[in-house]
Amino acid sequence: MSGTIDKPRLSRAHSLDLLKQMIRIRRFEEKCVELYTLEKIRGFLHLYDGEEAVAVGVIPVLEQRDRIVATYREHGQALVRGVPMTTVLAEMFGKQQGCSGGRGGSMHLFDRATNFYGGNAIVGGGLPLAVGVALADHMRGEDVVTACFFGDGAVAEGEFHESLNLAALWSLPVLLVCENNLYGMGTALAIAESETDIHLKAQSYRITAEVIDGMDVVAVEAAARRAIRAVRETSKPYFLECRTYRFRAHSMFDAQLYRDKSEVEAWRQKDPIVRFRGWLESNHMIHPEEEARIEADVAAEIAAAAAFAEAGTWEPVEHLTRFTYAEIVS
Amino acid sequence: MLQRQTPSEAKEITYREAVREAIRDAFARDQRVFLMGEDVGRYGGCYAVTKGLLAEFGPERIRDTPLSESGFTGAGIGAAMAGMRPIVELMTVNFSLLALDQILNNAATIRHMSGNQFGVPLVIRLATGAGRQVAAQHSHSLEGWYAHIPGVKVLAPATIQDARGMLWTALEDPDPVLIFENVMLYNMTGKLAADAGPVDIDKAAVRRIGRDITLITYGGSLWKTLDAAATLAADNIEAEVIDLRSLRPLDDQTIMASVTKTRRAVIVDEGWRSGSLAAEVCTRIVERAFWELDAPIGRVCSEEVPIPYARHLEEAAIPQAPKIVAAAKAALART
Repeated sequence: MSGTIDKPRLSRAHSLDLLKQMIRIRRFEEKCVELYTLEKIRGFLHLYDGEEAVAVGVIPVLEQRDRIVATYREHGQALVRGVPMTTVLAEMFGKQQGCSGGRGGSMHLFDRATNFYGGNAIVGGGLPLAVGVALADHMRGEDVVTACFFGDGAVAEGEFHESLNLAALWSLPVLLVCENNLYGMGTALAIAESETDIHLKAQSYRITAEVIDGMDVVAVEAAARRAIRAVRETSKPYFLECRTYRFRAHSMFDAQLYRDKSEVEAWRQKDPIVRFRGWLESNHMIHPEEEARIEADVAAEIAAAAAFAEAGTWEPVEHLTRFTYAEIVS
Repeated sequence: MLQRQTPSEAKEITYREAVREAIRDAFARDQRVFLMGEDVGRYGGCYAVTKGLLAEFGPERIRDTPLSESGFTGAGIGAAMAGMRPIVELMTVNFSLLALDQILNNAATIRHMSGNQFGVPLVIRLATGAGRQVAAQHSHSLEGWYAHIPGVKVLAPATIQDARGMLWTALEDPDPVLIFENVMLYNMTGKLAADAGPVDIDKAAVRRIGRDITLITYGGSLWKTLDAAATLAADNIEAEVIDLRSLRPLDDQTIMASVTKTRRAVIVDEGWRSGSLAAEVCTRIVERAFWELDAPIGRVCSEEVPIPYARHLEEAAIPQAPKIVAAAKAALART
């Protein structure tokens, strides 16, 4: 259905970049586990392992002026968007050099410079906000797309339905990206939803919706190109249901009693990184030394970020109540 | 003794019309301002506040919404974060409970949680209060709940001047402001200067000067309290009446100055007594002016019961002038 314009140009350079971005997220999350064990990171920590192809497929297709609203599982989105890894990790350390000044932590990464409107830790809570951000652009007649990420769990929330209706009713330029990883925390989609084909719900609001293999970064990118172009041209919402899987526990407190190890193992066979790397190798599009260089570059970036976070400083306690309200300079 | 200014060019106007003039004025001042809510356009507003504004400003700026309180309140938050100046009308405070997630988890937190990168310059208008025989689900006074939340400001315009003047100041505020309009005040008439404009939103006002006792109140209860003060005056008791105007932040200075002068206080609050705004005001007086007091502080609040439908029961459930008079006399050890 799509013309050549929507096909990702899989030049070698672009392919290597897609692979690198996914590896960047995977290694970052692995480092987060290590730092959590060392008690450098505390609180809730939700990891993106397995779902990398979604953020990496969608976000680079957005323009710099576009906006992103994300969830509490948003390290990947922030990194791909260009929020510096140094400030992301410093945030998770609770340091004042963090991208939210140490007030947000893992679940609340914000970055004005990249139009990153935050990780939202109330399931579904970011959807109305994204609709409003898009409403502002729509009312000003600005050519800006807002991408909103959310999980399959959000689909059961009233805010999901209210937001989809408003986005369609008011013809708002919002890209709705459902990361369907089959579980809302420990409750399987089939236990929570009478209709498990989530894109059908979007279609019931007259929103163009498609289902994508969320473990295939090329497929995600192709769909994102179609979707973002459509949003720009029509100023209407577009819905992508990306079927993916969370390899790790929901958070660091999750014993994973609700799913079989065999199921996780079966999904690991579809690992978006393994799969894409294998495809590149079989098509002779990557040399072993390039893979080694990607790993080395990523390792160096992570080491630098960890050093930055470690060297970061604590905000003075006297600043505790700052920014509850704006500080008016008279 | 009532501190009301009525300049010669003043016109007679209802509270409802004063709010409408404030909205119209804000729309003229700033193209970023728009209003959305349930039945605000074609219907003209549940309490007819926005009547006529759709024809004047069009459906982009007077935006009828579906019955999606969380959805359109969240949309107001997002639009505010992205540079607009939305006014969200939540038809009543009762329905605001369906938007509580957005108000508390987003509007109130985002500036702090984002390290001051994003603010939410949003105004939410809500009708509040009992007295219209609309029973337990439509008669709440939850402004005290909202005043519990750091990150929002909470206003209670009780006068025509404040109904006209608070909105623009609230819209200029960089943070979310909730404006509670008591339903019993919409039909109230009063004089408003033809050139009336914005007013401050962080000071309490002394609405009646007195020496014997301080009566502290806000919103719809102001007028019952002033009636009570008139009754007390007949018994040679001069009550000072403070209209809090802003419930968050509270103007401690005005409260303490008055209590220090009168040495007695009664707080009148249409919220339920337990955990009420009245409890907060009372505690602040005890913390800051305990040694100035000559008597225990009194409270006249709503009874701890869902607001009933039957008129006589509803009247008994909420503060009324005779109860305020009795509480004041008790504080003065008079009968």
